[in-house]
Amino acid sequence: MDEQVTLMIYRGDNVQGEMKEYKIPVAPGMVVLDAVHAVQATQAPDLAVRWNCKAGKCGSCGAEVNGRPRLLCMDRMDKYPAGEPIAVKPLKTFPVIKDLATNVSWNYDVNKKIPAFKMRDTKGEEPRFSQEEADRVQEFRKCIECFLCQNVCHVLREHDEKNTFGGPRFFVRTAGLEMHPLDDENRLDLLKDQMGLGYCNITKCCTEVCPESIAITDNAIIPLKERLVDQYYDPLRKLYRILFPAKKT
Amino acid sequence: MATVAARDTETSLGKTDRRDNWWAGPLATIIVLSGFGIYATFRAVYAQDYELGHGARVNQILPEHAYLLSPFFSPLILLPGMPAWFSPAFLILWAPGGFRLTCYYYRKAYYRAYFGDPPGCAVGEVKSGRYMGETGLFIFQNLHRFFLYVAILFILMLAVDVIHACLWPTTGGGITLGASVGTIVLAVNVVCLSLYTFSCHSLRHLVGGNIDCFSCVAFGQTRHKLWKGVSKLNKNHMLWAWCSLFTVGFADFYVWLVASQTIIDVRLF
Ligand code: SF4
Ligand code: SF4
Ligand code: FES
Ligand code: FES
Repeated sequence: MDEQVTLMIYRGDNVQGEMKEYKIPVAPGMVVLDAVHAVQATQAPDLAVRWNCKAGKCGSCGAEVNGRPRLLCMDRMDKYPAGEPIAVKPLKTFPVIKDLATNVSWNYDVNKKIPAFKMRDTKGEEPRFSQEEADRVQEFRKCIECFLCQNVCHVLREHDEKNTFGGPRFFVRTAGLEMHPLDDENRLDLLKDQMGLGYCNITKCCTEVCPESIAITDNAIIPLKERLVDQYYDPLRKLYRILFPAKKT
Repeated sequence: MATVAARDTETSLGKTDRRDNWWAGPLATIIVLSGFGIYATFRAVYAQDYELGHGARVNQILPEHAYLLSPFFSPLILLPGMPAWFSPAFLILWAPGGFRLTCYYYRKAYYRAYFGDPPGCAVGEVKSGRYMGETGLFIFQNLHRFFLYVAILFILMLAVDVIHACLWPTTGGGITLGASVGTIVLAVNVVCLSLYTFSCHSLRHLVGGNIDCFSCVAFGQTRHKLWKGVSKLNKNHMLWAWCSLFTVGFADFYVWLVASQTIIDVRLF
């Protein structure tokens, strides 16, 4: 119980700040959020950290621990080597409000661009789909909007393409709508022209950090890229569409 | 204790707060892919000792052996008037090369390893000019499915090579069934290449991934089963990508060793 751990925590705003050192006693089963709270309770009452559920379900406690995007409430202290200081920084991709709290409102603006579910005309029949069909889109509903994927995606993090790129979280949401068996909306133009799906170079960092283990790249992004190929890049399909124009169902 | 004065958002190649060996994966990719590229180019240009056995068309080596052909040269196309410097492998390697170059897994691997775009997750990269991702020069990646069609044909042809490797000439001029270590090497290669090809993301899309409502289309249930099957294989696409790269290189190397009579291909039955 006497064991001490050193935390280096970012203190400051979006313009300037510093890494401040705090020492706290570690307790068994502690997660990084507990440690940050211990600092807040005993040494820095003005330390800002966003959290809510402490169960990995609200998505609010995202930060970078030793350089890796994590949910602070799911990151166990005992996995870090004893004796080494643990560095906790805010998400790099978004503006810092204060300390570990960032302003992620850009994400909500992207979300507004995505047309909502539009019910297909079932010609008077009761709309139905099977569990098997539901399974595929179910995975995308697990998203807790922690935005760790948005933070780590190099298109946003390194290239700052916030005006042209939607980011993995919103490819997940769009995939959930596009692959829905009863949805009739077409979001392919949006994906190509406004959400910049082609900017994603499938390097899978989003998948690596997702705390909900959503196979973002394999199950959402690549299948959407293939749909764009069908629509825009496959010359045989283009020819087929010219020869046999589709009847609208 | 202050370590930074301004919020440090500047980036440069390799800059990161990560403390793990994030560079190990890209480094291994560079070593293995470059090694394979050099070996395959050398073998293509060298263009010798790539076939042997009964019915060999270029060098009649070991005529009492079943026919073994290196996968780098299969199917063996010998055009009339082909200059001596022109290796028959040139007519073949563009197809598997293009398939792997445009493969979704290899794209990830080489964008990270060779282009450092990004070198690792949450690791800084070089920024030169406007970022284009797969919209600019790399738009050709969208043609992956066409390489897939060719790759499926190649699987069939490599399977035929395995059948040839099971047909042994008898002293009376007939043919008997048999197998050697070489037969097994070629067969394992076809299995690994099949696992790689049939776990392809484009195939996953084409067999059923493009359907939203399986109960609304013709053969919906069958297509759902196919999609499920390819999805299952697809989970290990990276593994099949590396296994098949190794087996195809090894199969060529083995044929080279036997054809150059460096080793004896042991007949099993
Ligand atoms: S796979 Fe695409 S969306 Fe995901 S982190 Fe990489 S570039 Fe971004
Ligand atoms: S997809 Fe995963 S990483 Fe991205 S916001 Fe949702 S839960 Fe977080
Ligand atoms: S506090 Fe809710 S996810 Fe961490
Ligand atoms: S995605 Fe890798 S072979 Fe098609």
